[in-house]
Amino acid sequence: MCTTCGCGQGDIRIDGVPAGADTPHAHDHVHADGTVHTHTHDHTGAHAHDDGSAGAGGGHWHRHGDGAWHSHVRVGGSAHVHAGATVAGGAFGAVHAAGMPPERIVQIERDILAKNDAFAARNRQLLADRGIFALNLVSSPGSGKTTLLVKTIEALRGRIAVAVVEGDQQTSLDADRIRATGAAAVQVNTGKGCHLDAQMVGQALASLALEDDSLLLIENVGNLVCPAAFDLGEAHKVVVLSVTEGDDKPLKYPDMFHAADLMIVNKVDLAPYVQFDVDRAIEYARRVRPGLEAIPLSATTGEGFDRWLAWLERGTGDAGTKRDASVAALRRRVAEPEAQLVAQSSAAPSAPATPVRPA
Amino acid sequence: MHEMALAEGMLEIVEDAARKNAAARVRTVWLELGALSHVEPHALRFCFDAVTRGGVADGATLEIVTTPGRAWCMPCGEQVALARLGDACPHCGSYQVEVVAGEDMRVREIAIA
Repeated sequence: MCTTCGCGQGDIRIDGVPAGADTPHAHDHVHADGTVHTHTHDHTGAHAHDDGSAGAGGGHWHRHGDGAWHSHVRVGGSAHVHAGATVAGGAFGAVHAAGMPPERIVQIERDILAKNDAFAARNRQLLADRGIFALNLVSSPGSGKTTLLVKTIEALRGRIAVAVVEGDQQTSLDADRIRATGAAAVQVNTGKGCHLDAQMVGQALASLALEDDSLLLIENVGNLVCPAAFDLGEAHKVVVLSVTEGDDKPLKYPDMFHAADLMIVNKVDLAPYVQFDVDRAIEYARRVRPGLEAIPLSATTGEGFDRWLAWLERGTGDAGTKRDASVAALRRRVAEPEAQLVAQSSAAPSAPATPVRPA
Repeated sequence: MHEMALAEGMLEIVEDAARKNAAARVRTVWLELGALSHVEPHALRFCFDAVTRGGVADGATLEIVTTPGRAWCMPCGEQVALARLGDACPHCGSYQVEVVAGEDMRVREIAIA
């Protein structure tokens, strides 16, 4: 990425070298006040020039000293001349008009995840209304998520009702394993999709018999990249890292660890046999998510499980308390006008129930 | 390849705006991507080209404006630049940095004809 203007091709690197770095691209900008600045950047498919030197149409973005961005069309040679056009009307204002073909600019300002986030908000509300504590479990394939869920359901039996949404590309094998414990489970097959989204989860919730004050465990597709971006309406993302993976995974796949509120280090019973430093993994995870809570455990031997169960019980209890508080607040809001109505009707007991028309 | 889902999200926003403004064509889409957002611009471009094919935004230029990452450094007690998740504070070297900006993925404007 160009460090001056920020344009460029993102972070694909080959042996540490930015992809496309072999085709640097330089510009001189001559500003209306006479100042000139130059910047360079890699250029594979980056911005387009009016003269067709790289793609068709479009302008050229760059940032000024005050941090504002704007676009303009190259007017020939290697120099850009701003014909007195200063940035007006905000970062994306004004300058489009200068030299642009006859077209209109429409301001949008919408997050590209807005639709997913709207579904997520709906799920979150549904869960909050019923005091359900929902977790989105994310990890690589093979970290032991399903075994963790099975053991968790068994350990919580008689204490907290658990329902499960299972996400996988294909098969219902995982949901079958969960149902064998007696817990309600629904399998979402994403087909070619690499993550669950909030709409899929909303549909799954509609087909699950959810109990109030219960725990909902959403097992996402095994993928340490894509599910990080998608809010499902959960209270927390819980990332599961097993010791049979590398302890440097939090640094290699930072997005997921950054998005998580709890890290489970699973399969610690195997730690003596593999090169995995639990403390180092936790330290790396806290580099991308300061203060991240971590629970090392083994779903197979039960080591460390008490802490995990206590964390779940605390969260489920809090979800119920919050729901009770909002129900009480709602009752108070309704009670006030009701009391006023009662006071009014008792103050005028002889008032006719229906208006009397004059004869 | 969640970039495909993101590209579809973009397309919906763009086509919605094009319809509301009675546009015949969408020529350019300006997308703001935070340096710390969950997206690889190269993959997103590929997906954007695929999902726009045959529609009002077919052939539209995708202009990606990268906004810098910012974080609050706890030891320094001030905002600092953060190029990537997992980087240390450029001033004091601490990893106690909370991201405050640079995670946005937003369609800012479109040019229509």
